[in-house]
Amino acid sequence: MIIQALAFYVFAAVCIGSGIMVISARNPVHSVLFLILAFFNAAGLFVLMGAEFLAMILVVVYVGAVAVLFLFVVMMLDIDFLELRRGVLQYLPIGVTIGLILLIELIFFAASIWQIAPEAANALGAPTPPTAEASNTAALGQLIYTDYILLFQTAGLILLVAMVGAIVLTLRAREGVRRQVIGRQIGRRRELSVEIRKVPTRGGV
Amino acid sequence: MMIGLGHYLTVAAILFTLGIFGIFLNRRNVIIILMSIELILLAVNLNFVAFSTFLHDMVGQLFAMFVLTVAAAEAAIGLAILVVYFRNRGTIAVEDINQMKG
Repeated sequence: MIIQALAFYVFAAVCIGSGIMVISARNPVHSVLFLILAFFNAAGLFVLMGAEFLAMILVVVYVGAVAVLFLFVVMMLDIDFLELRRGVLQYLPIGVTIGLILLIELIFFAASIWQIAPEAANALGAPTPPTAEASNTAALGQLIYTDYILLFQTAGLILLVAMVGAIVLTLRAREGVRRQVIGRQIGRRRELSVEIRKVPTRGGV
Repeated sequence: MMIGLGHYLTVAAILFTLGIFGIFLNRRNVIIILMSIELILLAVNLNFVAFSTFLHDMVGQLFAMFVLTVAAAEAAIGLAILVVYFRNRGTIAVEDINQMKG
C-alpha cells in the first residue's frame, strides 16, 4: 500500500511538473518533449488505477503519434518563437487570477469533498468484472464490441475523416514540376511531334 | 496512507488549470495552445478513469478512449490547418489571423 502511495505521488508530481514546463518552456521542442513526459506519467497513473489498456493506448497514441506530429510541425515550420513570446507578461495577471480561481473551485468544491452516493452502486452502466474473471482489456473489449459498437465505429469514422481532412488540407499541386503523364505519352501522334524539312544542299536548316 | 478518489481528482484539476493557464500565457503561439488543449483533454481522461475505477464501472474507461480518439483527430486537423496557414501567410501569430474579420 505504501508503494502504491509512493508511486502515485511520484507520477503525479512529475506529471504536474512537466505540465508546468509545457506551458512555460522557451523552446517549443522542449514543450513537446515535456508533453511526452506528462503523458507518460499520466499513463502510470492509469496503471495505478487499473486501466492498463488505456495506459498503453495513451503511450502508443501520444508518445508514438501525436508527439511526433507536433515535433514535425515545430521543426518543419521556420518560426521565430522568441517573437511569438513577446507580450507574455501582459497576460500573466489575468491568467494567474483566472487560473487560481478555477483551481480553488475545482479542488475545494469538487475534489476534496466529493463522496460517492450509496445508491450510485445500483446505477452502473457496466460493472467492472473481477480481475480474476476478465482482464481490463478483455472487459473493455466485451463492452466495445457489444453494447457500444455504434459509438466505436463512429470513433473509427472520425479518425478516417480526420485523416482524409489532414491529407486534403496539406496536399498541394506544385507549379513547375515535370511529372510523367501516361495519357499524354500515349496520346502523342506522329504529326504533332515529327516535322520533315527539306534541307537544301550547303544551306543548313 | 490510502490514495482515494480525491487525490486523482486533484491531480486532474491541477492539470486542467495548467491547460487553461497555458492558453492565457501563450496567447500568440498556436502550437503551445494546441498542447494546452491536449493537457486539458488529459485531465478530462484522468477524471473519467478515476471515476470508472472508484465506481467500479467500465463505461468511464470506454469514454476516455473516445476522448482520446477525438483528441488525436483534433491534433491532426489542427496541425494540418497550421501548416497550410503558415504556407500562405508565413507566420502563425494568433493576432495576425484576422482575415475573416470575425
